[in-house]
Parts: sequence; structure tokens; C-alpha cells
Amino acid sequence: MKKFFAILMLAVGLAGAAPVLAEVKAAPAAEASAPAAAVAPVPNKGDTAWMTVATVLVILMTIPGLAMFYGGLVRAKNMLSVLMQVFVIFSMISVLWALYGYTLAFGGGGSFYGGLDKLFLKGVTVDSVAATFSKGVVISELTFIAFQATFAAITCALIVGAFAERMKFSAVLLFSAIWFTFAYLPMAHMVWYWDGPDAITDAASLEKVTAAAGWLWAKGALDFAGGTVVHINAGVAGLVGAWLVGKRVGYGKESMAPHSLTTTMIGASLLWVGWFGFNAGSNLEASGAAALAVVNTLVATAAATLSWTLAEWLLKGKPSMLGSASGAVAGLVAITPACGFVGPMGAIVIGLAAGAVCLWGVNGLKRLLGADDALDVFGVHGVGGIVGAILTGVFVSPDLGGTGVYDYVANRVGDFSMGAQLVSQLWGVGTSIVWSAVVSFIAFKIVDAVIGLRVPEEEEREGLDITSHGESAYHY
Amino acid sequence: MKLLTAIIKPFKLDEVREALSAVGVAGITVTEVKGFGRQKGHTELYRGAEYVVDFLPKVKVEAAVKDDLLEQVIEAIEKSASTGKIGDGKIFVFDLEQAIRIRTGETGADAL
Repeated sequence: MKKFFAILMLAVGLAGAAPVLAEVKAAPAAEASAPAAAVAPVPNKGDTAWMTVATVLVILMTIPGLAMFYGGLVRAKNMLSVLMQVFVIFSMISVLWALYGYTLAFGGGGSFYGGLDKLFLKGVTVDSVAATFSKGVVISELTFIAFQATFAAITCALIVGAFAERMKFSAVLLFSAIWFTFAYLPMAHMVWYWDGPDAITDAASLEKVTAAAGWLWAKGALDFAGGTVVHINAGVAGLVGAWLVGKRVGYGKESMAPHSLTTTMIGASLLWVGWFGFNAGSNLEASGAAALAVVNTLVATAAATLSWTLAEWLLKGKPSMLGSASGAVAGLVAITPACGFVGPMGAIVIGLAAGAVCLWGVNGLKRLLGADDALDVFGVHGVGGIVGAILTGVFVSPDLGGTGVYDYVANRVGDFSMGAQLVSQLWGVGTSIVWSAVVSFIAFKIVDAVIGLRVPEEEEREGLDITSHGESAYHY
Repeated sequence: MKLLTAIIKPFKLDEVREALSAVGVAGITVTEVKGFGRQKGHTELYRGAEYVVDFLPKVKVEAAVKDDLLEQVIEAIEKSASTGKIGDGKIFVFDLEQAIRIRTGETGADAL
């Protein structure tokens, strides 16, 4: 979501004036501060229709998209275990989101967590509205809740790729619930929570909104659709998991070749299609900015596919289907934080960079890190997320074809300082890495102590499909 | 009677089947198999992971024939399965003691 316009900070001065816990007005509901005499805005039917479609597209990304992308990459004996983990995590997080996730992420509250005002979605009705990025434009809060639920669900599901083929199903679920509560929710709040543009009328009200906003929003970190909240967050959790869960039995000695790259290609393609909902939906309005996100999601992904494929062709001798599919996902990840801020040419550069850098992420860097990150969650999502988050700070520049950062006080695009913006971006990257690493480490330790992380070696050799789920993916 | 087992390249199966029909072989049994010979394997690369694949896919063709057909059948397989490159496969010939058609109870060459 393009929540944080760094210009807000530039307008009030120092970016470091990070607010700590401050009292807040209610949620992203926007009508409160509408100009006097103005009628409270009501949701536009076109926006509602678009956001409903976008929400469903993000569900398509997860089930079946991500499940198939990951499923094809494991051995046939573990196919169903991966599908199950993604499917059940998606379901579990969707319920937890409604129970307490939404209020902790998007309720008013502190800089790091929302409050409990909307526990069990209390007080949310068909008339409730949520702010967008335009003054006087709102969408149904229920639509916003559903859209954001899908983000939380796919983020938790992304992590399973790192410890695929060896972790206990119960341990996967417990870890996901803990990590969702203590890593996803606060990151979403820190990056995306603010009172909305209608609350900003002058420098004083901007200061108030900034003080009440999430910690990274206040720092001016730009993350349109979730480079930090979703991808770096999940990538780091995956890396920590791969380390703590340990390597698969036979890793480096036995063949662990993907069992169906056909399935993986279908999954990657569904991810690409669904990602238009993820990225363009993060604009929250069916406007020109959503169209920009669509074009950027198209061209950056295509560019990353080409750069990974060409680099692999040059360095390894053959252009592979897995390489192309991986390049596409790397490009999707990298354009996520940037998609509403950069121009199409900037998006192409981001895509080209992501494809090549993530190829290194799954080769040189992976060997350097020494963890058995089975499906390269860190190499693609962590590395791609970092590349995208940093380059967002470069290509948002109006001089490089970007949109610049909107100044809600002056109601125009503000002056842009690339240096200051890059510092803001690094705050976002650093915070998500450290926060996710610490929470993941503790969460894995707790799960290990309570139920244990791994299945017994015998079960791992036989495959999780039969030993954990009592069924087989294929009957030959 | 003889039993022939031919290990051939998978994409040569159709040609072999046609050649065998042409010389009068009335039935064959085909199995997808894996193995290695002088051709050895190949390497596959998946992102950063490189795997040496030792066993290559081949097709095993089994045919039971009358003694007087043996030379023709061997020649037919040799010609139809050959590419001239390493990995074309092998033909093994066994003595066949008995054959029985289950439906009629016929035995020996009549059952083939």
C-alpha cells in the first residue's frame, strides 16, 4: 500500500522525529476530519467492485498459485504436505485476521501495534468506511478487511517453502500463528497504519497524523504493496527456519530434484495473474495509479524473467523453465514496494536487477549462508524484497520517471530528496529484517520446546504425504 | 521358441513395433525402465542444485517367437532401433520352455 509519503516528513522537518506511543483517533476511518460542511464521503461502486476483484485475485495467488508453485518444486512424496500447509495456513490466518489480526494491524493504537477496539471486528458494519490515498475517497471497511486478510495469509504461507519436506504439520501451524501475531501484525501496523489523507489539512494536522501513524510510516518508508511487510518479513523468517529446523535428510547427497516443473510453471503464472490484484489493489481505488501499478507489475516481471533466463543461459549453459519461473517471481517481489511509485522504465530496471540478483541469491549467496532453504524463500523473497525496497527510493524520483511523494498539506507532489528517501527505505528494510529474525527465532524455539520441529527421520524418508496426511498425491 | 528382450531408446518404440509386425511377430510386451550402460547419465541443474542422473529412461520390449523367425526378428529390431549413437540399447535372447494361451489352453508355438 502506498501508505507513507515521505514528503509528509519533509514538510514537518526531521525524519528522525519518530513518534512513540501516541493516542490516536479511530482507525483508518476517514470521515472524522472531513472539511466542515462537507458531506461524509461514501464508497464509490467502481472502487468497491475493483477491490472485491483484487481481493479474490490475491486469494488466487495463494490457493492454488503459491501452493502449486511450491508443490511442483518438492519431491512427489511431499507434494500434498506442501499443498496442505499452504491451504490450511491460508484458512487459519483468515480466521485469526477477523478475530484479532485486523484490529492489531489497522486499529488505532501505538507506533508498533494497533489497539483492540475492533476485536472480533466489533463495530464494523456495511456503512463503515476506510481511507484511501485520495482526500474525500473512501472504500467499504469490510472490503479493506478482506483485502488485507489475504495479504496476511499469503505472507505466512510463503514461509513454508524454506522448511518444506521435513517439518511437522502441527509445528508449521503453531509457528504460523505465533509469527502472524508477533511479526506480521506489528510490521503491517508499522508500515501501513495512518489516519488517512482527510485528516491532513495543514502542518499541525500532518504532525498529529504522523505521531499517530505506524513507526515506519512516520519514518517515510515507502512500501506500496508489501516489499517489507510481506516479502522481506517472510524471507527472513524462512531463512531462520531453514537454519533452526535443519537440513533435509540426504541434503547435498541425494537428488532432491523438483517432481513437476509443469505444476511449478502453472503456479508461477497464477502468481503473476493474481499479483495484479495484490499490487494494483494496494492502490485501494480504481484510478490511474492502479493502472500504473498494473503496467509496472507487467513489465518488471517480464524484465526479471528475461534477466534471470539470460544470466542463467550465459553462466550455466542452458535457459531453464525453473529459471524463467523463478525470475518472474523475483520480479513480482521486487516491484511490489515500487509498483505505485515508479514509472514503467524504472520498473523495467528494477525487474532486470531483481532477476540477476536473485539468481545469485539462490546460488552464491545460498552456498554462503549454508542453510537448506528448500524452495529459496530467502533467495527470492528476501533478496528480491530488499532490492525492490531500496530501488523504490531511487526510481520514485520524478527525475527518473517516478511519481514523487505526495504532499497532503500542499496537495501537490512534494520536493524530492533521494538521499533522505533512501535513508527512509533502509529504515524499512533494516527494521523488517531485525524484527522478523528475532520473532522467528523465538517462535521456532517455542514450537521446538512444545511439540518439536521435525518429523522422525523414518517418516521424512517415506515422505510426509503418507506419514503426516495418510494419502498420496499420485497413483501411477 | 525364443524369448527376446530388447532395451531400446524410448522414441524408437513405434518403429520397432512396426518392424516386428512386418516380420510376423503377433504380440509384444512393453515396459518403461531405467538403467545405465556405456552411455552413462547426464547432469540436471535446478537453481543452485546440480544432480547427476545415473539412470536414463529406456523401453524394454519383450517378444516370444518361433525358432525359425529369430534371425529376422533380431535383424528387424537392430535396423529399426538403431541411431548409430551410443545408447541404442541391447537385445538379449533366451530359450523359451513353454507358452500357453490362457483362453484356449493351446501350448507351444500355437500359443504365440
